[in-house]
Amino acid sequence: MDLKNVASLSFFYPEFILSATILLLIVVDLVARSPRGIAMIALIGCFGALIATLDLYSAQPGWLFHRMMILDNFSLFFKVVALAATILCIWMSLSSNEIKQVHEGEYYTLLLTCTLGMFFMASSSNLLMAYLSLELVSLTSYVLTGFLPHNRRSSEAALKYLIYGGVASGTMIYGMSWIFGMTGSLDYAAIQAALSQSPFNKASLFMAFIFILAGFGYKIVFVPFHMWSPDVYQGAPTPFTAFLSVASNAAGIAIMIRFFFPGVSRALPSGDWAFLSGVEWPQVLLFLSMITMTLGNLCALNQRNLKRMLAYSGIAHAGYMMMGLAVLNNDGLSAILFYLVVYLIMNVGAFLVVAMIANVTGNEDIETYRGLAWRGAIVPAVCLAVFLFSLTGLPPFAGFVGKFFLFSAVLKQGGAFGALALVAAINSVISLYYYAKIVKTMFLDMPNPEDKTVSIAVNNFTLLIPLTVLTIFFGVYFSPLVRYTSQSLRFFVK
Amino acid sequence: MSPNELSSYLIISAILFSLGLFTVLTRRNAISVLMGVELILNSANINYVAFSHFSSGNADGQIYAIFVIMLAAAEAAVGLAIVLAIFQLFHTIDVEAAETLKE
Repeated sequence: MDLKNVASLSFFYPEFILSATILLLIVVDLVARSPRGIAMIALIGCFGALIATLDLYSAQPGWLFHRMMILDNFSLFFKVVALAATILCIWMSLSSNEIKQVHEGEYYTLLLTCTLGMFFMASSSNLLMAYLSLELVSLTSYVLTGFLPHNRRSSEAALKYLIYGGVASGTMIYGMSWIFGMTGSLDYAAIQAALSQSPFNKASLFMAFIFILAGFGYKIVFVPFHMWSPDVYQGAPTPFTAFLSVASNAAGIAIMIRFFFPGVSRALPSGDWAFLSGVEWPQVLLFLSMITMTLGNLCALNQRNLKRMLAYSGIAHAGYMMMGLAVLNNDGLSAILFYLVVYLIMNVGAFLVVAMIANVTGNEDIETYRGLAWRGAIVPAVCLAVFLFSLTGLPPFAGFVGKFFLFSAVLKQGGAFGALALVAAINSVISLYYYAKIVKTMFLDMPNPEDKTVSIAVNNFTLLIPLTVLTIFFGVYFSPLVRYTSQSLRFFVK
Repeated sequence: MSPNELSSYLIISAILFSLGLFTVLTRRNAISVLMGVELILNSANINYVAFSHFSSGNADGQIYAIFVIMLAAAEAAVGLAIVLAIFQLFHTIDVEAAETLKE
């Protein structure tokens, strides 16, 4: 199916609903000035788009808008993930003191625009569309990062994000220009056809891939494009940090899989992928994956700010997910998708507790968590412990199952990948240290007399308890989720 | 090297790209860093237009360049707004002076 502009519109209604909600938010913000009402409109718009996206599963996969975008199960999966992250972020923002200081109409407008950009990222099948959607997400993220007024950390984080993002996306389009020059096309399908026909200069193709990797790598946050992430995670408003840590990462992975797998590799009937023209980019990913997880975990060891620690742990998790990319088979890819869903639940959960505690204590230092369980916040403390153990990858939590699938995909390949699995296993042990340290601070350290009691309003638990339950639920009963992620791995190629 | 050759354009754009990267890495003034980013974007633009003219036979590359110019303007607008916020809070636009976020 290769649809023209007008015919594509009937498969585009999730994006329409989002765009209409964005416009409505701007108008309502002008007339009504009711923060809670605006958040509700944004929430309803997201649920509407979610229903529309799920409805599209019954549609025929194909190209939309003259092959600018693709409609297939893979893009729908990432749209669902982006919407889930947005809904959780709006829900978190409702009870956040940080968000009360800002102009909420603009905040939700920009947040939904960022989601719209992620929709385009997930379905782009053209180098131009990939760049435009990536920039739409980036530009809104820069603004939202620096959104806290008169806040030095927030503005500084935005500046750092802007500079790294600008350089990374500039480098990426420079690499894309070489791909365009060599293959004569911006369309992924045409690029693949060109690459499989004639021999190319391997060195220049390799350089082009590395340049493109810079742009994608800065979204997924892997070394050496990770420098912005700790500062941005610490400086940005906490609900937006939670959104950024999962949704931006997921969208980056979507665009990267789309380019590197159906774009410049060929699917074999066995479920493996063969890379075209003999350019060995999987080896690069293998090394980057090892370095990323090691550096992320080592830097997380002696952090005193919990948000910053979660940023470094996010880098480590990006490293784990890259293992699934490096093995070049469908098992690895579906393991990544599974891990993304699990990571969405547990990481947003962890940030939710951070936001709740910061609402009361005013900061995110690990010191303020001393004896938290005995200061009236036993439920958030237990939930945070569940999320942290799940992030470590301990059974019976969902994080264990996610890691198990990644490791089994890696071990099945054998060879040099055995070393990768070993490094990842050592890293999981290292990560146990800093995650468990927080659990120890919360439960085993006794509170000092000067520590205030932390009273959490009951309505905060509406999101926390379901996320905790899901973390445990997917740890013991994961087969529906596995089925969903392996079905999501259907690319529309021709 | 004649101006009718593709390689001369590619060399110019490679030089421009390196200069942009060098500017970003060495300058401490936030505005200069943003100018370095613009150089990188424009080096890619030269590549697109040159490839479009010499090798691809379609206008895709030139359209890409137009979109890049548009997005560069959007990025400059957002970038300068952030630099303005930095100036109001730190009373300088030195990138290394903004160092409240550390370990």
